[in-house]
Amino acid sequence: MSVQKLPIAKAINESLRKALETDPKVLIMGEDVGKLGGVFRVTDGLQKDFGEGRVIDTPLAESGIVGTAIGLALRGYRPVVEIQFDGFVFPAYDQIVTQLAKMHARALGKIKMPVVIRIPYGGGIGAVEHHSESPEALFAHVAGLKVVSPSTASDAYWMMQQAIQSDDPVIFFEPKRRYWDKGEVNTEAIPGPLHRARVAREGTDLTLAAYGPMVKVCLEAATAAEEEGRSLEVLDLRSMSPIDFDTLQTSVEKTRRLVVVHEAPVFYGSGAEIAARITERCFYHLEAPVLRVGGYHAPYPPARLEDDYLPGLDRVLDAVDRSLAY
Amino acid sequence: MTVESTAARKPRRTSGTKRASAKKAPQPKSSEPPLVQLLTPEGERVEHPDYAVDLTPEELRGLYRDMVLTRRFDAEATALQRQGELGLWASLLGQEAAQIGSGRALRDDDYVFPTYREHGVAWCRGVDPTNLLGMFRGVNHGGWDPSTNNFHLYTIVIGSQTLHATGYAMGVAKDGADSAVIAYFGDGASSQGDVAESFTFSAVYNAPVVFFCQNNQWAISEPTEKQTRVPLYQRAQGYGFPGVRVDGNDVLACLAVTRSALERARRGEGPTLVEAFTYRMGAHTTSDDPTKYRADEETESWQAKDPILRLRRYLERQGLADDAFFVALEEESETLGKRVREVVRAMPQPDSLAIFDHVYADGHALVDEERAQFTAYQASFEDADAADGSEGNGSEGGN
Ligand SMILES: Cc1ncc(C[n+]2csc(CCOP(=O)(O)OP(=O)(O)O)c2C)c(N)n1
Repeated sequence: MSVQKLPIAKAINESLRKALETDPKVLIMGEDVGKLGGVFRVTDGLQKDFGEGRVIDTPLAESGIVGTAIGLALRGYRPVVEIQFDGFVFPAYDQIVTQLAKMHARALGKIKMPVVIRIPYGGGIGAVEHHSESPEALFAHVAGLKVVSPSTASDAYWMMQQAIQSDDPVIFFEPKRRYWDKGEVNTEAIPGPLHRARVAREGTDLTLAAYGPMVKVCLEAATAAEEEGRSLEVLDLRSMSPIDFDTLQTSVEKTRRLVVVHEAPVFYGSGAEIAARITERCFYHLEAPVLRVGGYHAPYPPARLEDDYLPGLDRVLDAVDRSLAY
Repeated sequence: MTVESTAARKPRRTSGTKRASAKKAPQPKSSEPPLVQLLTPEGERVEHPDYAVDLTPEELRGLYRDMVLTRRFDAEATALQRQGELGLWASLLGQEAAQIGSGRALRDDDYVFPTYREHGVAWCRGVDPTNLLGMFRGVNHGGWDPSTNNFHLYTIVIGSQTLHATGYAMGVAKDGADSAVIAYFGDGASSQGDVAESFTFSAVYNAPVVFFCQNNQWAISEPTEKQTRVPLYQRAQGYGFPGVRVDGNDVLACLAVTRSALERARRGEGPTLVEAFTYRMGAHTTSDDPTKYRADEETESWQAKDPILRLRRYLERQGLADDAFFVALEEESETLGKRVREVVRAMPQPDSLAIFDHVYADGHALVDEERAQFTAYQASFEDADAADGSEGNGSEGGN
């Protein structure tokens, strides 16, 4: 069957399965990825079918996981490693930033680093500290890394295929609160490039740009705005490094207004980069300054306050109002 | 300080307290490393040449009480999670002896760095158990002042706190104080670089720190063999300080071994690694499903080593506690459970603006600006509600 309706977590699972089947060099590594199938069950059943040599339960050591993945990649393997939660990537941050990202350049292009780092990220699941963070800007800031985040099951499937096939390291941010959202996956479709933004909904009055968990919120905002007679275009960026500024520019030239939405703190966040670039590219088209909606300059709050912290429909629509008021 | 001054190779205290009447501890199978034990699973007292404890009946009953109340608290928290009152709970079921034994070895001026499961140690420090629940309910990220009871905040990022403990201990030594520091962590944590680095630092600087590893056999789904090929306590040797494996379900042995390690630290002889060999009877947390990865037989075999039952057998056999004691304790447990339930249910929803509190000790312009924006944004809803109300039915609106 080439078209299936799958939750995002299962789409990733199917994608990993396909990669393990087609390329003997692909390895899955991480804490609890084997017998348990990962704490979100994304790797469920893979060890059973491919064995402990391909789907590897690692010691509880993130620096070790990424550091050894680098070595395995040097030896010709294509490791796909799981970091259990966003807040636990930092023990590995040194290996990612100082080693993984720079290896290709330092070897004058002679070696490749086909490592995928999967990170369930973002809030909205009522978790404890360090389980709800959005550190994508910290990675996008580092040259040598690709940083992507799917928002649909189809993208989850295909972007994972592309990430594994990429000879560059890819930080693959999985929107954990969307893991159970279902969508159609056509396993025979030919996908566009990994970094290509997608127009998730067409509109004429304003562009909402988002990625990962916020795409759904923006689509809902667009539906709500329609009732007020406003036509919002929603752009799913899909990739935070590189960013598809061409698609974004086309959209903004049409709508003349842009609001960028992400969960991560606004300060020094990806919205800042997008606002600056789009202002440069579309200065004479813009009717309003590019606005940003996101998290605050505060630690991710305890679960009972996350609804206040995370951008929801109201905050997005509020920004839309402000933009349209210019 | 130099490496030489660590004096790590001083012989261990052989206190000569061996009693003529004492039974010998059962010898472990040759494949298993030695385990310090003072109370067998059947509740029989045995002696160990290096570790002696001589407790009054009252002290023994005290340890029993601590374990029973800690278990009751833990069970209540698990139930509260099931009822939706807590978002998550990390149960200590089965690890009461390791925590109460080590916790009762501490002096008030010692400092504790826990991970996220040390509810029994918190109990020994006098931390109100309901304070531990705020972070699991999702109303705060800690909820107690670490300096009140010298009990640091829970640490969720695995292994991080062992370095904090080491640094704190380095400070204690610099100050010339004779306090000791204890860091708790799990067998999984032993794989983290931070833990290895804390071993290095504590050895090099001869820090007065005790590393208390509760080897509960599992790190979520991964057994200890996925973390190490040598018994964990033997790691210490490579860093130049002693390591000892203690029966983690034996509260007396945990007390004796921890006490001895703390005294060693106080004497300026540096760190010790204590591996408490124990078992996580429940799930890793309430989000975990252990049936996916471990066999019931294993769990059942550990049930026979229950730390509470073991001490109860001893107390009863020796006539150290009567029925009245157990009945009163049962009542005390119920009262504790009830109080925990009530306090948790009454925990107020935090104020939204708390997001912006304590981000910095000094002010910060951006935080101030965002707080003001957020306040205005919230007020806009109240205005809108008020307007809706007057339009609709003339009521005041808002809420
Ligand atoms: C750096 C880091 N990586 C992963 C996790 C997720 N995690 C939480 S607890 C745990 C297992 C810990 O096992 P262990 O150290 O043996 O302690 P135990 O929970 O068994 O007491 C894992 C992998 C984490 N909290 N921090």
